[in-house]
Amino acid sequence: MKAINIIESTFVPMPMENIDTDQIIPARFLKATTRLGFGQNLFRDWRYETDGSPKENFILNNPAYTGEILVAGKNFGCGSSREHAAWSILDYGFYVVVSSFFADIFKNNALNNGVIPVQVSEEFLQKIFELNNGSTLTINLEAQTITIDATSDNETFDINHYKKTCLINGYDDIDYLLSIKGEIAEFEKQYYN
Amino acid sequence: MPKTLFDKIWYKHVIKTIAGGPAVLYIDKHFIHEVTSPQAFNGIEKRGLQVWRPQNTVATADHNVPTINQHLPIKDELSRIQVQQLKDNCARHDIALYGLGHPFQGIVHIIGPELGITQPGMTIVCGDSHTSTHGAFGCIAFGIGTSEVEMVFASQCLMQTKPKLMRINIEGELNKGVVSKDIILHIIAQISASGATGYAVEYAGSAIRRLSMEARMTICNMSIEMGARAGMIAPDDITFEYIKGRQFAPSGERWNLKLAEWKELQTDDGAVFDHEININASEIQPMITYGTNPGLGIAINGMIPVTDTIPDEGERKNIVKALQYMGLEPGKQLLGMPVQHVFIGSCTNARIEDLRLVASVIKGKKKNPSVQVMIVPGSQQVARQVQEEGLDKIFEEAGFAIRQAGCSACLGMNEDKIPAGEYCISTSNRNFEGRQGAGARTLLASPLTAAVAAITGVVTDVRDFHY
Ligand code: SF4
Repeated sequence: MKAINIIESTFVPMPMENIDTDQIIPARFLKATTRLGFGQNLFRDWRYETDGSPKENFILNNPAYTGEILVAGKNFGCGSSREHAAWSILDYGFYVVVSSFFADIFKNNALNNGVIPVQVSEEFLQKIFELNNGSTLTINLEAQTITIDATSDNETFDINHYKKTCLINGYDDIDYLLSIKGEIAEFEKQYYN
Repeated sequence: MPKTLFDKIWYKHVIKTIAGGPAVLYIDKHFIHEVTSPQAFNGIEKRGLQVWRPQNTVATADHNVPTINQHLPIKDELSRIQVQQLKDNCARHDIALYGLGHPFQGIVHIIGPELGITQPGMTIVCGDSHTSTHGAFGCIAFGIGTSEVEMVFASQCLMQTKPKLMRINIEGELNKGVVSKDIILHIIAQISASGATGYAVEYAGSAIRRLSMEARMTICNMSIEMGARAGMIAPDDITFEYIKGRQFAPSGERWNLKLAEWKELQTDDGAVFDHEININASEIQPMITYGTNPGLGIAINGMIPVTDTIPDEGERKNIVKALQYMGLEPGKQLLGMPVQHVFIGSCTNARIEDLRLVASVIKGKKKNPSVQVMIVPGSQQVARQVQEEGLDKIFEEAGFAIRQAGCSACLGMNEDKIPAGEYCISTSNRNFEGRQGAGARTLLASPLTAAVAAITGVVTDVRDFHY
């Protein structure tokens, strides 16, 4: 996993609530056996007509909106546990998702893939939605802050201390679990006794 | 100190806790299927690892398998590759696979319990959010992502933060026409699609105690639809009776030992929850959803909310958007509205008891000619029971199409899809936009309500239907 700490970027606003993982990546695109290439089907049914032509009024089809940060309404990532949702977001090029509330499994999946879920207050979220296009946000993982660069308005966000260390150093849970295999085997001995 | 059921199981499985971080949780059973496992196998193989404890993992093919002609090669190339990879991966890593054609094959959350693999006190995970189903046996069971599947492959453990605990007590007698699906749809409509995020939920109370195991599984199954990490019900004699004698259930002396252990698995009097909700069973009506998340549900004879008066702007926009997608109007009733499809299936409601209930309602009747009815047993075992009990005759006479086991139109990964713009009363668990096919409009309801709609062709209150 790539180590990350500070991200400064423009953002793409999607002020809808309850964006579920079936919208992020519809089930019919889950037939791949690798983690790559899901970005092209991110928000597929909102982004494209059934004949594959882009839907003009969908924000990802508007070249004026770019950036490494996706900002969405509350309860982002609810529904299915498919990690493909996190992969498609990352593969598209987003490293941060900002929302006022995240579904649990999505949050874990994002963290496990180097996408930072930044949970802000509803009020701060609305402030971001009111910004002009082209405004930038800065996410500082070490300091756990998100800042609206133009106004220096900022908020701190929560992140599990252990996960934060993982992200900043670019290592993952499996590395850790493998390092304690002896302890796990020891536990098993007692457990299955 | 009095303990909760959750804590009793949790602490038995914690190997260690990282300061300021998650716990290392030992996993007893890991179910896998073709869609969320291939990248995890790739992952460990890239690290040069074998699955560490293959005997703790059980595999099946369910999500994208066809539900007709399962004996023939799968037509869809990508699905075929996924199913083949599962076979190869399981063979390479020594994992038991109940794949297509195997008598145990079926939807992962149906086969675990029916084979007696799911047992009280276990920690159970699967790369599928409805893993909460297994909690009905008094387990900590939850859905995980593919990276976590990889963790379990590598170490039989997961890094998990302990969730907060909620108890939902349902006391009293259920009304006529109300079944367990209505209980859970009622709860989700009350607390919303995100109302239990961050919690593991224990369902308790006299109304829960009287439910069969199948009915309890339906409730735990949909815990995730209110955001809960897990749902659980303390095991009792009904649970033990269900498990006894099943394929992988303990037997002989081991049964007695296990039984003694399982009887301890209850929340002690006086144990404290972070949140408690009390519901009077008699308030629950037969339910149906009108929107695009499972929290947007109403009593079958109720009104779709009037949107103008919803104070919260976000929620209002949400419902307006949902109604637009569904082609429905605020302030109107759903009763009497024609539906074009009825889907009876999924890990929520495709167990034998569900299909018996459907058969009992439609026996000797014919489906409405304007409705297409698809009935998909949850597993090969359920399909065999359907035949043995002669339910297939009842379904055929009624004009229902009986398919072979799989997830089918629950998520529309195979060819079982609902066409755009058409309405489907579905016994599954999700009514998201496009879930049952691009543009499909899903109304979630109980098998009872679905069966009645198949006959009448319109949304019908079971209490007005004579059967
Ligand atoms: S039946 Fe539906 S909800 Fe259940 S496991 Fe299959 S796809 Fe998931």
